[in-house]
Amino acid sequence: MISKDQSPINIMLADDDEDDRNFFNDAMKELKIKNNLTIFKDGKDLMDYLNKPDTVLPHILFLDLNMPCKTGNECLKEIRQNPKFKDISIAIYSTSSSERDIENTFIDGANIYIKKPNDFSKLKKVLKEVVNLNWQFHTSGLNKDTFFFSI
Amino acid sequence: MKLYIKYDINLACRVILQEQLEKFNIKYQLLDLGEIDFKENLSEETYNNLQEALSKYGIELLDNQKSQLIQKIKDTIIEMVYEKDKLPTSTISSYLADKLNLSYGYISNIFSENTYTSIENYIIMQKIERAKKLIIEEGLTLTEVSYKLNYSSVAHLSGQFKKTTGLTPSMFKRIVDKRRGIAKE
Repeated sequence: MISKDQSPINIMLADDDEDDRNFFNDAMKELKIKNNLTIFKDGKDLMDYLNKPDTVLPHILFLDLNMPCKTGNECLKEIRQNPKFKDISIAIYSTSSSERDIENTFIDGANIYIKKPNDFSKLKKVLKEVVNLNWQFHTSGLNKDTFFFSI
Repeated sequence: MKLYIKYDINLACRVILQEQLEKFNIKYQLLDLGEIDFKENLSEETYNNLQEALSKYGIELLDNQKSQLIQKIKDTIIEMVYEKDKLPTSTISSYLADKLNLSYGYISNIFSENTYTSIENYIIMQKIERAKKLIIEEGLTLTEVSYKLNYSSVAHLSGQFKKTTGLTPSMFKRIVDKRRGIAKE
Protein backbone atom coordinates (compact mmCIF):
# COMPACT_ATOMS: atom_id res chain seq x y z
CA MET A 1 0.00 0.00 0.00
CA ILE A 2 1.26 3.44 -0.87
CA SER A 3 1.06 6.04 1.89
CA LYS A 4 1.90 9.68 2.45
CA ASP A 5 4.84 9.68 4.85
CA GLN A 6 5.43 13.36 5.26
CA SER A 7 2.08 15.02 5.96
CA PRO A 8 1.85 16.52 9.47
CA ILE A 9 0.06 14.75 12.29
CA ASN A 10 -2.90 16.62 13.87
CA ILE A 11 -2.94 16.43 17.64
CA MET A 12 -5.54 17.67 20.11
CA LEU A 13 -5.36 17.97 23.86
CA ALA A 14 -7.95 18.65 26.53
CA ASP A 15 -6.51 19.43 29.96
CA ASP A 16 -7.72 21.84 32.62
CA ASP A 17 -4.27 22.39 34.14
CA GLU A 18 -2.32 25.27 32.59
CA ASP A 19 1.13 23.90 33.48
CA ASP A 20 0.26 20.56 31.94
CA ARG A 21 -0.93 22.29 28.78
CA ASN A 22 2.23 24.36 28.41
CA PHE A 23 4.36 21.40 29.11
CA PHE A 24 2.57 19.31 26.50
CA ASN A 25 3.02 22.11 23.98
CA ASP A 26 6.78 22.14 24.61
CA ALA A 27 6.99 18.38 24.24
CA MET A 28 5.22 18.43 20.87
CA LYS A 29 7.50 21.19 19.57
CA GLU A 30 10.47 18.88 20.14
CA LEU A 31 8.94 16.06 18.14
CA LYS A 32 10.76 15.16 14.93
CA ILE A 33 7.50 14.37 13.19
CA LYS A 34 5.72 17.46 11.85
CA ASN A 35 2.61 18.14 13.89
CA ASN A 36 -0.22 20.62 14.43
CA LEU A 37 -1.41 20.94 18.01
CA THR A 38 -4.77 22.31 19.19
CA ILE A 39 -5.37 22.68 22.92
CA PHE A 40 -8.59 22.91 24.93
CA LYS A 41 -9.06 23.87 28.55
CA ASP A 42 -11.99 21.58 29.17
CA GLY A 43 -14.09 18.77 27.77
CA LYS A 44 -17.03 20.92 26.77
CA ASP A 45 -14.92 23.22 24.56
CA LEU A 46 -13.35 20.16 23.01
CA MET A 47 -16.66 18.48 22.18
CA ASP A 48 -18.18 21.70 20.85
CA TYR A 49 -15.22 22.12 18.52
CA LEU A 50 -15.18 18.49 17.38
CA ASN A 51 -18.86 18.60 16.58
CA LYS A 52 -18.53 21.58 14.24
CA PRO A 53 -19.00 20.41 10.65
CA ASP A 54 -15.81 21.84 9.12
CA THR A 55 -13.41 20.97 11.92
CA VAL A 56 -10.33 19.13 10.72
CA LEU A 57 -10.34 16.03 12.87
CA PRO A 58 -7.18 15.10 14.78
CA HIS A 59 -5.27 11.87 14.20
CA ILE A 60 -4.80 11.61 17.93
CA LEU A 61 -6.54 13.19 20.89
CA PHE A 62 -5.15 13.32 24.42
CA LEU A 63 -7.69 13.49 27.24
CA ASP A 64 -6.98 14.19 30.87
CA LEU A 65 -9.34 12.09 32.95
CA ASN A 66 -9.89 14.66 35.68
CA MET A 67 -11.52 17.71 34.21
CA PRO A 68 -14.35 19.77 35.66
CA CYS A 69 -17.63 20.13 33.77
CA LYS A 70 -17.04 17.24 31.34
CA THR A 71 -14.62 14.50 32.42
CA GLY A 72 -12.26 12.66 30.12
CA ASN A 73 -14.40 9.56 30.47
CA GLU A 74 -17.56 11.38 29.40
CA CYS A 75 -15.75 12.79 26.37
CA LEU A 76 -14.39 9.33 25.52
CA LYS A 77 -17.83 7.73 25.58
CA GLU A 78 -19.40 10.56 23.61
CA ILE A 79 -16.71 10.42 20.94
CA ARG A 80 -16.89 6.66 20.57
CA GLN A 81 -20.64 6.82 20.08
CA ASN A 82 -20.18 8.94 16.97
CA PRO A 83 -19.04 7.05 13.84
CA LYS A 84 -17.72 10.30 12.40
CA PHE A 85 -14.86 10.10 14.91
CA LYS A 86 -13.96 6.45 14.49
CA ASP A 87 -10.54 7.13 13.01
CA ILE A 88 -9.37 9.31 15.88
CA SER A 89 -6.93 7.60 18.25
CA ILE A 90 -7.75 8.49 21.83
CA ALA A 91 -5.10 8.63 24.53
CA ILE A 92 -6.28 8.89 28.12
CA TYR A 93 -3.94 9.98 30.80
CA SER A 94 -4.55 9.57 34.42
CA THR A 95 -2.80 9.09 37.74
CA SER A 96 -4.52 5.76 38.30
CA SER A 97 -2.52 2.59 37.76
CA SER A 98 -5.25 0.14 38.69
CA GLU A 99 -5.52 -2.67 36.15
CA ARG A 100 -9.27 -2.51 36.43
CA ASP A 101 -9.33 1.18 35.49
CA ILE A 102 -6.95 0.59 32.61
CA GLU A 103 -9.00 -2.29 31.27
CA ASN A 104 -12.25 -0.37 31.56
CA THR A 105 -10.76 2.62 29.79
CA PHE A 106 -9.82 0.42 26.84
CA ILE A 107 -13.22 -1.25 26.87
CA ASP A 108 -14.84 2.18 26.74
CA GLY A 109 -12.94 2.85 23.53
CA ALA A 110 -9.57 4.37 24.35
CA ASN A 111 -6.56 3.28 22.29
CA ILE A 112 -3.86 4.49 24.61
CA TYR A 113 -3.58 4.69 28.38
CA ILE A 114 -0.86 6.73 30.00
CA LYS A 115 -0.11 6.57 33.70
CA LYS A 116 1.08 10.10 34.42
CA PRO A 117 4.67 9.77 35.63
CA ASN A 118 5.87 12.20 38.30
CA ASP A 119 8.83 13.25 36.29
CA PHE A 120 8.35 15.83 33.56
CA SER A 121 11.10 14.46 31.38
CA LYS A 122 9.65 10.95 31.62
CA LEU A 123 6.25 12.27 30.61
CA LYS A 124 7.83 14.04 27.65
CA LYS A 125 9.43 10.79 26.55
CA VAL A 126 6.13 8.95 26.88
CA LEU A 127 4.21 11.55 24.89
CA LYS A 128 6.73 11.42 22.08
CA GLU A 129 6.64 7.65 22.03
CA VAL A 130 2.85 7.64 21.86
CA VAL A 131 2.67 10.13 19.00
CA ASN A 132 5.37 8.26 17.12
CA LEU A 133 3.61 4.93 17.58
CA ASN A 134 0.29 6.36 16.48
CA TRP A 135 1.99 7.79 13.41
CA GLN A 136 3.45 4.36 12.60
CA PHE A 137 -0.03 2.90 12.76
CA HIS A 138 -1.41 5.68 10.63
CA THR A 139 1.22 5.49 7.89
CA SER A 140 1.21 1.72 7.69
CA GLY A 141 -2.56 1.44 7.52
CA LEU A 142 -2.75 -0.78 10.59
CA ASN A 143 -6.00 -1.60 12.32
CA LYS A 144 -7.06 1.12 14.76
CA ASP A 145 -9.78 -1.07 16.27
CA THR A 146 -7.14 -3.29 17.86
CA PHE A 147 -4.62 -0.55 18.49
CA PHE A 148 -3.87 -0.54 22.21
CA PHE A 149 -0.92 0.85 24.06
CA SER A 150 -0.56 1.08 27.78
CA ILE A 151 2.39 2.72 29.44
CA MET B 1 -31.37 -7.60 0.07
CA LYS B 2 -27.81 -8.19 1.16
CA LEU B 3 -25.20 -9.44 -1.28
CA TYR B 4 -21.67 -10.50 -0.59
CA ILE B 5 -18.86 -9.12 -2.69
CA LYS B 6 -15.61 -10.74 -3.54
CA TYR B 7 -13.05 -8.51 -5.19
CA ASP B 8 -9.54 -8.68 -6.51
CA ILE B 9 -7.89 -5.47 -5.45
CA ASN B 10 -4.80 -6.01 -7.58
CA LEU B 11 -6.90 -6.39 -10.69
CA ALA B 12 -9.04 -3.38 -9.80
CA CYS B 13 -5.93 -1.21 -9.38
CA ARG B 14 -4.44 -2.35 -12.66
CA VAL B 15 -7.63 -1.56 -14.53
CA ILE B 16 -7.92 1.87 -12.90
CA LEU B 17 -4.31 2.65 -13.78
CA GLN B 18 -4.78 1.53 -17.35
CA GLU B 19 -7.93 3.59 -17.77
CA GLN B 20 -6.35 6.72 -16.32
CA LEU B 21 -3.09 6.41 -18.25
CA GLU B 22 -4.98 5.93 -21.49
CA LYS B 23 -7.11 8.98 -20.72
CA PHE B 24 -3.93 11.06 -20.66
CA ASN B 25 -2.53 9.37 -23.74
CA ILE B 26 0.61 8.23 -21.96
CA LYS B 27 2.77 5.43 -23.30
CA TYR B 28 3.53 3.02 -20.49
CA GLN B 29 4.08 -0.52 -19.39
CA LEU B 30 2.67 -1.94 -16.19
CA LEU B 31 5.23 -4.08 -14.41
CA ASP B 32 4.60 -6.04 -11.21
CA LEU B 33 2.09 -4.29 -9.01
CA GLY B 34 3.63 -1.13 -7.76
CA GLU B 35 5.67 -0.30 -10.84
CA ILE B 36 4.86 1.60 -14.02
CA ASP B 37 7.45 2.12 -16.70
CA PHE B 38 6.70 5.41 -18.48
CA LYS B 39 7.94 5.11 -22.03
CA GLU B 40 8.33 8.87 -22.38
CA ASN B 41 8.91 11.84 -20.08
CA LEU B 42 5.81 13.50 -18.70
CA SER B 43 5.37 17.26 -18.61
CA GLU B 44 4.90 18.63 -15.11
CA GLU B 45 1.31 19.51 -15.96
CA THR B 46 0.45 16.03 -17.18
CA TYR B 47 2.17 14.49 -14.17
CA ASN B 48 0.20 16.66 -11.76
CA ASN B 49 -3.08 16.02 -13.56
CA LEU B 50 -2.42 12.30 -13.52
CA GLN B 51 -1.61 12.45 -9.77
CA GLU B 52 -4.86 14.26 -9.15
CA ALA B 53 -6.91 11.82 -11.19
CA LEU B 54 -5.34 8.83 -9.44
CA SER B 55 -5.66 10.31 -5.97
CA LYS B 56 -9.44 9.97 -6.23
CA TYR B 57 -8.87 6.22 -6.17
CA GLY B 58 -6.38 6.39 -3.33
CA ILE B 59 -3.53 5.69 -5.73
CA GLU B 60 -0.42 7.78 -5.40
CA LEU B 61 2.63 8.00 -7.64
CA LEU B 62 5.84 7.73 -5.68
CA ASP B 63 8.39 9.79 -7.52
CA ASN B 64 10.85 9.90 -4.74
CA GLN B 65 13.40 7.12 -4.81
CA LYS B 66 13.59 7.02 -1.05
CA SER B 67 9.82 6.64 -0.65
CA GLN B 68 9.88 3.81 -3.14
CA LEU B 69 12.60 2.03 -1.26
CA ILE B 70 10.87 2.52 2.08
CA GLN B 71 7.66 1.14 0.64
CA LYS B 72 9.53 -1.85 -0.78
CA ILE B 73 11.12 -2.54 2.59
CA LYS B 74 7.73 -2.35 4.31
CA ASP B 75 6.13 -4.58 1.68
CA THR B 76 8.92 -7.14 1.96
CA ILE B 77 8.58 -7.20 5.74
CA ILE B 78 4.82 -7.59 5.54
CA GLU B 79 5.20 -10.41 3.04
CA MET B 80 7.70 -12.05 5.33
CA VAL B 81 5.39 -11.83 8.34
CA TYR B 82 2.13 -12.75 6.60
CA GLU B 83 2.58 -14.82 3.54
CA LYS B 84 5.22 -17.31 4.47
CA ASP B 85 3.80 -19.73 6.91
CA LYS B 86 7.00 -19.73 8.79
CA LEU B 87 9.37 -16.79 8.91
CA PRO B 88 12.77 -17.34 7.24
CA THR B 89 15.37 -19.20 9.21
CA SER B 90 18.19 -17.01 7.95
CA THR B 91 18.59 -13.74 9.78
CA ILE B 92 16.16 -11.02 8.83
CA SER B 93 18.93 -8.63 7.83
CA SER B 94 20.43 -11.00 5.28
CA TYR B 95 16.95 -11.83 3.99
CA LEU B 96 16.17 -8.15 3.36
CA ALA B 97 19.59 -7.41 1.93
CA ASP B 98 19.26 -10.32 -0.50
CA LYS B 99 15.70 -9.55 -1.51
CA LEU B 100 16.39 -5.87 -2.15
CA ASN B 101 19.93 -6.33 -3.44
CA LEU B 102 21.35 -3.60 -1.21
CA SER B 103 23.54 -3.60 1.89
CA TYR B 104 21.63 -3.92 5.14
CA GLY B 105 23.43 -0.90 6.60
CA TYR B 106 22.14 1.27 3.77
CA ILE B 107 18.59 -0.11 3.97
CA SER B 108 18.45 0.34 7.70
CA ASN B 109 19.71 3.95 7.62
CA ILE B 110 17.28 5.09 4.95
CA PHE B 111 14.43 3.39 6.79
CA SER B 112 15.19 4.97 10.15
CA GLU B 113 15.74 8.44 8.74
CA ASN B 114 12.43 8.46 6.94
CA THR B 115 10.10 6.52 9.19
CA TYR B 116 11.40 7.59 12.61
CA THR B 117 11.64 3.97 13.68
CA SER B 118 14.02 1.09 13.08
CA ILE B 119 13.47 -1.92 10.85
CA GLU B 120 13.67 -4.17 13.90
CA ASN B 121 10.88 -2.21 15.63
CA TYR B 122 8.80 -2.22 12.49
CA ILE B 123 9.12 -5.98 12.13
CA ILE B 124 8.06 -6.48 15.75
CA MET B 125 5.11 -4.16 15.22
CA GLN B 126 3.95 -6.18 12.20
CA LYS B 127 4.45 -9.49 13.99
CA ILE B 128 2.37 -8.33 16.95
CA GLU B 129 -0.30 -7.04 14.54
CA ARG B 130 -0.45 -10.48 13.00
CA ALA B 131 -0.54 -12.06 16.45
CA LYS B 132 -3.57 -9.89 17.26
CA LYS B 133 -5.32 -11.02 14.07
CA LEU B 134 -4.54 -14.68 14.73
CA ILE B 135 -5.89 -14.41 18.27
CA ILE B 136 -9.04 -12.50 17.39
CA GLU B 137 -9.96 -13.62 13.88
CA GLU B 138 -8.70 -17.17 13.87
CA GLY B 139 -9.06 -17.95 17.55
CA LEU B 140 -5.64 -19.57 17.73
CA THR B 141 -4.11 -20.43 21.07
CA LEU B 142 -0.96 -18.66 22.15
CA THR B 143 1.03 -21.81 21.46
CA GLU B 144 -0.24 -21.91 17.89
CA VAL B 145 0.43 -18.19 17.41
CA SER B 146 3.96 -18.41 18.75
CA TYR B 147 4.66 -21.31 16.42
CA LYS B 148 3.26 -19.50 13.37
CA LEU B 149 5.31 -16.39 14.09
CA ASN B 150 8.48 -18.26 14.91
CA TYR B 151 8.79 -17.29 18.57
CA SER B 152 10.89 -19.67 20.63
CA SER B 153 8.16 -20.01 23.25
CA VAL B 154 4.80 -18.66 24.42
CA ALA B 155 6.69 -16.73 27.07
CA HIS B 156 8.72 -15.03 24.38
CA LEU B 157 5.59 -14.07 22.44
CA SER B 158 3.79 -12.81 25.55
CA GLY B 159 6.85 -10.87 26.57
CA GLN B 160 7.12 -9.12 23.25
CA PHE B 161 3.38 -8.57 23.09
CA LYS B 162 3.42 -6.91 26.50
CA LYS B 163 6.47 -4.86 25.65
CA THR B 164 4.89 -3.61 22.43
CA THR B 165 1.37 -2.92 23.67
CA GLY B 166 1.64 -2.75 27.44
CA LEU B 167 -0.98 -5.47 27.69
CA THR B 168 -0.74 -9.24 27.99
CA PRO B 169 -2.33 -11.23 25.14
CA SER B 170 -5.09 -12.43 27.46
CA MET B 171 -5.93 -8.92 28.62
CA PHE B 172 -6.00 -7.87 24.99
CA LYS B 173 -8.43 -10.64 24.09
CA ARG B 174 -10.63 -9.82 27.08
CA ILE B 175 -10.83 -6.16 26.07
CA VAL B 176 -11.74 -6.95 22.46
CA ASP B 177 -14.36 -9.49 23.55
CA LYS B 178 -15.94 -7.06 26.00
CA ARG B 179 -15.95 -4.27 23.41
CA ARG B 180 -17.73 -6.55 20.97
CA GLY B 181 -20.17 -7.49 23.69
CA ILE B 182 -20.98 -3.81 24.11
CA ALA B 183 -21.34 -3.26 20.36
CA LYS B 184 -23.92 -6.00 20.12
CA GLU B 185 -26.26 -4.28 22.61
